[in-house]
Amino acid sequence: MLNIQSVDKVYPNGTRALDRVGLNVEQGEIVAVVGGSGCGKSTLLRLAAGLDQATRGCIELDGEIISAPHECVGMIFQEPRLLPWLTVAGNVGFGISHLPRAKREAIVGEVLLRVGLSDYAERWPRELSGGQAQRVAIARALAPRPKVLLLDEPFSALDAFTRASLHEHVLDLWRAFKPTLVLVTHDVEEAAYLADRVIVMRPRPGRISSVFDLDLKRPRDRYSPELEAAKRRILNALDQSLRERTAGDELVPAAAI
Amino acid sequence: MDAIQERDAASEAASPVTAAPAAKSRFGVRFALGLLLPIALGIAWEIGVAKGYLQARLMPPPSRIFKTLYDLAITGELWIHIGATLARVFAGFALGTIFGTLIGAVAGASRVSKDIVDPMLQGLRSVPSIAWVPLFILWLGIFEQSKIALIAVGCFFPVYLGVLGAISSVDRKTVEVGRIFRLSQFQLVRRILLPAILPAYVLSLRQGLGLGWMFVVAAEFMGASEGLGYLLTDGQQLGKADQIIAAILTFAVLGKITDGLLAAASKPFLTWQDAFAPKN
Ligand SMILES: Nc1ncnc2c1ncn2[C@@H]1O[C@H](COP(=O)(O)OP(=O)(O)OP(=O)(O)O)[C@@H](O)[C@H]1O
Ligand SMILES: [Mg+2]
Repeated sequence: MLNIQSVDKVYPNGTRALDRVGLNVEQGEIVAVVGGSGCGKSTLLRLAAGLDQATRGCIELDGEIISAPHECVGMIFQEPRLLPWLTVAGNVGFGISHLPRAKREAIVGEVLLRVGLSDYAERWPRELSGGQAQRVAIARALAPRPKVLLLDEPFSALDAFTRASLHEHVLDLWRAFKPTLVLVTHDVEEAAYLADRVIVMRPRPGRISSVFDLDLKRPRDRYSPELEAAKRRILNALDQSLRERTAGDELVPAAAI
Repeated sequence: MDAIQERDAASEAASPVTAAPAAKSRFGVRFALGLLLPIALGIAWEIGVAKGYLQARLMPPPSRIFKTLYDLAITGELWIHIGATLARVFAGFALGTIFGTLIGAVAGASRVSKDIVDPMLQGLRSVPSIAWVPLFILWLGIFEQSKIALIAVGCFFPVYLGVLGAISSVDRKTVEVGRIFRLSQFQLVRRILLPAILPAYVLSLRQGLGLGWMFVVAAEFMGASEGLGYLLTDGQQLGKADQIIAAILTFAVLGKITDGLLAAASKPFLTWQDAFAPKN
């Protein structure tokens, strides 16, 4: 469905953020992308969202080349990016303003309920905690019911409890509508718990270093031995990808590390 | 259940009631504090004149000034002057604001348009505005047009700079939110750019209005038969210091009132702001 065909991204300042990254995401699949800081995860999502252009290669959605934001693709940024001049309800309804008012309000109410912020509809963004703001951002992305949802570390600002409950929300949603999810995360446990497939990336230049297919049954148990084993394998791969980098990095002498 | 809700409702209702008078009395105290110094000075001045330490002709005491103001007001003269000056300020402010906003928006729209427009305007900005007076008189005559043109020039630059600066400081990340929801160019302007620049815009309007009040005096010095600036020159020629100070006081009050009105009119649109607000 979402077909990333060997893309390169070189930023104008010369940073090689992605180097021949290819990935084919199936309809309704949950893919997690993990990797150290600066290995191009956000860049990859921005390309898929149509916010930025690949330097080489292309990204297709159902055979259609993505060159600008697509109506079926939603994105949750690494920061909440709420519009400070709109209330929580206004922010959540921002992407569905073309719908009639009653319909819009119903959807806003429903997604706010999902993220547990029904009582906050009339608040201003400045009156929210960081985690609440991030949940509003999640609700805003959910409101138009995107077929593909790109999530850039959406849960990293949340406490463990809220994070776990949002995992369940995302899984509920996924069961209900079967959207395709691409989730960037630092959290290996999150990746293993949610994803059908985990992509491990390595930095400088950003590349895919390994891919794990997790065919664990759903609903999953966070503490099952299979999940623990998967986590360990992913962590090992991550570790190795980071070590590769330092070994191959000529700019940093070994003595300096 | 009902009892709990009622109690909640009661306590919620109670808190604003106790908060409101506190806020009001704090405002009252601050207002009184602000009046303290001018009143004390006024009394000292009054006494100084009465005892003969100060010359009443050059330094008329407050009582004389208020008498002059009162006389001007009941003869209706004061209102004519205020009306003339207000009309000039508003006409000039409106013109300056319209051009400042439009040209600022054009310059902010792209780097190329900024490179074309901005250098020339920055150059013109460094011309002391009073230097335009002879030219405007030559072009537009000594009547209203040249005065309004001068005021408009004064209002133009802060508004232009404010709009341009505000547009170029809009965060790319905020604009991306609009892009991800596929706003058209027009919607992007209306739903993202305009609200984002509004606070800075209001500030630049207030600056522009302030400059408008400064320039109206210069404009009325150019020769006017009515207006507060005329009261000033007339007072100087006839040696009426009380009339000069009365006109100055009127300027202060009008400037403050129009600025307050502008601020109050914009306030409902800016309640969302998360600005640093010092307490007390
Ligand atoms: N606009 C930009 N211009 C130039 N270089 C950039 C830009 N954005 C990102 N980079 C560089 O590209 C590389 C990848 O950045 P990216 O933001 O994709 O990393 P990331 O994997 O999302 O990291 P993190 O986990 O810290 O969010 C980094 O080296 C970064 O410095
Ligand atoms: Mg990132």
